[in-house]
Amino acid sequence: MDVLKKVPVREQDAKVRAANFEEVCLGYHKEEAMEEAQRCINCKNAQCIKGCPVAIDIPGFIEKVKDGDIEAAYQVISKSSALPAVCGRVCPQESQCEGKCIRGIKGEPVSIGKLERFVADWAGENGIKPQGTQEKNGKKVAVIGSGPAGLTCAGDLAKMGYEVTIFEALHEPGGVLVYGIPEFRLPKTKVVAKEIENVKALGVKIETNVVIGKSVTIDELIGEEGFDAVFIGSGAGLPKFMGIPGEQANGVFSANEYLTRSNLMKAFDENSNTPIARGKKVAVIGGGNVAMDAARTALRLGAEVHVVYRRSEEELPARVEEVHHAKEEGIIFDLLSNPVEILQDEKGWVCGMKCIKMELGEPDESGRRRPVEVPGSEFIIDVDTVVMSLGTSPNPLISATTKGLEVNKWKCIVADEESGKTTKEGVYAGGDAVTGAATVILAMGAGRAGAKGIDEYLKNK
Amino acid sequence: MYKILETKELAANIFLMVVEAKRVAKACQPGQFVIVRTDEKAERIPLTICDYDRNEGTVTIVFQIVGAGTQMMSVLKKGDSFCDFVGPLGCPSEFVSEDINVLKEKKMLFVAGGVGTAPVYPQVKWLHEHGIDADVIVGAKTKDLLILEEEMQAVAGNLYVTTDDGSYGRSGMVTQTITDLVGEGRRYDVCVAIGPMIMMKFVCKLTKELELPTIVSLNPIMVDGTGMCGACRVTVGGNVKFACVDGPEFDGHQVDFDEAMRRQQIYKTEEGRAFLEAKEGDTHHGGCGNCQ
Repeated sequence: MDVLKKVPVREQDAKVRAANFEEVCLGYHKEEAMEEAQRCINCKNAQCIKGCPVAIDIPGFIEKVKDGDIEAAYQVISKSSALPAVCGRVCPQESQCEGKCIRGIKGEPVSIGKLERFVADWAGENGIKPQGTQEKNGKKVAVIGSGPAGLTCAGDLAKMGYEVTIFEALHEPGGVLVYGIPEFRLPKTKVVAKEIENVKALGVKIETNVVIGKSVTIDELIGEEGFDAVFIGSGAGLPKFMGIPGEQANGVFSANEYLTRSNLMKAFDENSNTPIARGKKVAVIGGGNVAMDAARTALRLGAEVHVVYRRSEEELPARVEEVHHAKEEGIIFDLLSNPVEILQDEKGWVCGMKCIKMELGEPDESGRRRPVEVPGSEFIIDVDTVVMSLGTSPNPLISATTKGLEVNKWKCIVADEESGKTTKEGVYAGGDAVTGAATVILAMGAGRAGAKGIDEYLKNK
Repeated sequence: MYKILETKELAANIFLMVVEAKRVAKACQPGQFVIVRTDEKAERIPLTICDYDRNEGTVTIVFQIVGAGTQMMSVLKKGDSFCDFVGPLGCPSEFVSEDINVLKEKKMLFVAGGVGTAPVYPQVKWLHEHGIDADVIVGAKTKDLLILEEEMQAVAGNLYVTTDDGSYGRSGMVTQTITDLVGEGRRYDVCVAIGPMIMMKFVCKLTKELELPTIVSLNPIMVDGTGMCGACRVTVGGNVKFACVDGPEFDGHQVDFDEAMRRQQIYKTEEGRAFLEAKEGDTHHGGCGNCQ
């Protein structure tokens, strides 16, 4: 064993997985996990914990894995995280816990994400539930949205003794874990549904098919339905488009639509009644994790897929692991290219896309080098489907119907980072609704902060 | 689960259902819609609200069989349930928030085509309950496809029924009746037209010439209905709008109907296949050309 290297994790072969929706990464089994756990040197001043938005006691749980006591390891993690099987799969560990790992200075960091995943999956398979409901304190909290922020906030509050109801707009709980992240990265039945069951086991109620701002307002929840506080974790919002000619052609979709059809509505499965466009040549515009998810979904639906991104590979906002997987599977990256027009046939269907070459100029306000068009470098890509993955702008349904709830100039809800406190009394918020599109773990961190903020508020009320 | 308390076949392939949905019944307003699902594998289907009873906690929906999803809905019986029923979605009709005295001064004309009669009904009923009688034109292809005539009669000021083939009421398209009424010297301040996209297009073409402001209700393809997916985007006055959160009602003179109609066709092939499969059941072999 080379202590400088991670115990390799088994994966589905790239050629095989490019044609199925089964999970790409197969995870560690117990022996592999115990071997990898040996690599942790149990630092006194553990930097990894500082890198974790929910401050999991990482050396603590790894210590238990070393001993082969996986149930104890799970209880250590579940003190801090309601969704370990999810986080072990989708957290950007390389820039968080693993990014801080001392082992990483001279060699590879401990594979914390894969260990977390193993522990959570083992607990799920062996029916181990998180511990912890104490006596109910008789106070009611409404949580809006059942994504990572909402589930975390609800789980934490339930553990503190609050009576919590989550309101979910869609027909299935999970938020982005269900509609956004594909099956091959995050299995829905095996992983997401189980973690939601664990949150419910803490006493949290989930009411689906309730659109806050439409079915009922926040003021009504507080006034008529007797909730003492509300946490808004309603997620990202409306998909952005480029505003270029031809964008309304048949065959142009937002990544949200494309992924929702495949993930939430299971359109990839022949037994589902929801259709999805099975293009032959698909262009995905954008370079984030959502773009990678859309591209790899299109590939599995049988298409030749191009990711079109205006900067270079170095600036791709997606996780390195996702880009690596996408390349392995055969996704073509058209970098330093930007669409200027979507071409349509006489019936209004996409029949190509005109792009222009870009080069990198001076750094912009984000610190990344600004892409500039190369004059006269237009070229046409032969595609029949275009998926726009350019981010989202906040959903107005809640802010427009809640008096006293301030939004900032980007229309995101204004909330205190430490406590989630908004400008409206008794109302807290966190996750993408506050920050704009970010990551699962940051939303979970915000959910946790919100739960703490609500607890302090209601204790002193 | 959302229990079905009553079902009725209003005309061939057009069904009415009264569904228990307390939150929707409490909050809904004319102009809004719901999304329903029959079972775990079903599509999310957007449907307009035809009526609601806040005391009983029920919502009435009317739908026509157009594909696999609505075919599956049509076999549901009293006592069955929808697995999902979410709403109300979209914005209420603008007049709901208008000053009632200003509204009373306005002469309103409603133009309903086919199943579009269903979403027109709660609007006319709301006005009637607020002491305002609106004129209503109801158009149907033929007498047998006419729905909700009695109900509409009870709440409308003047009701004009017209059939394309002249089998009942007046003869001809709804645009003919509008032309006739205006020709007789009737004056309207605002028109609300709801029906097939092609009907709304031609009503708007006519009312633009007549300088009669016209509101239409669009029913594009949707998935979530809360603004998340952007499938329902339509071009209104040169700007892209999401029908689910910005609409579904828009200024009809600004809507790009040709684009909206084209975008409705996106899944026609897939939908056609699914419809055949739902209808033919075990005898279905996967579409045309595979019959043995």
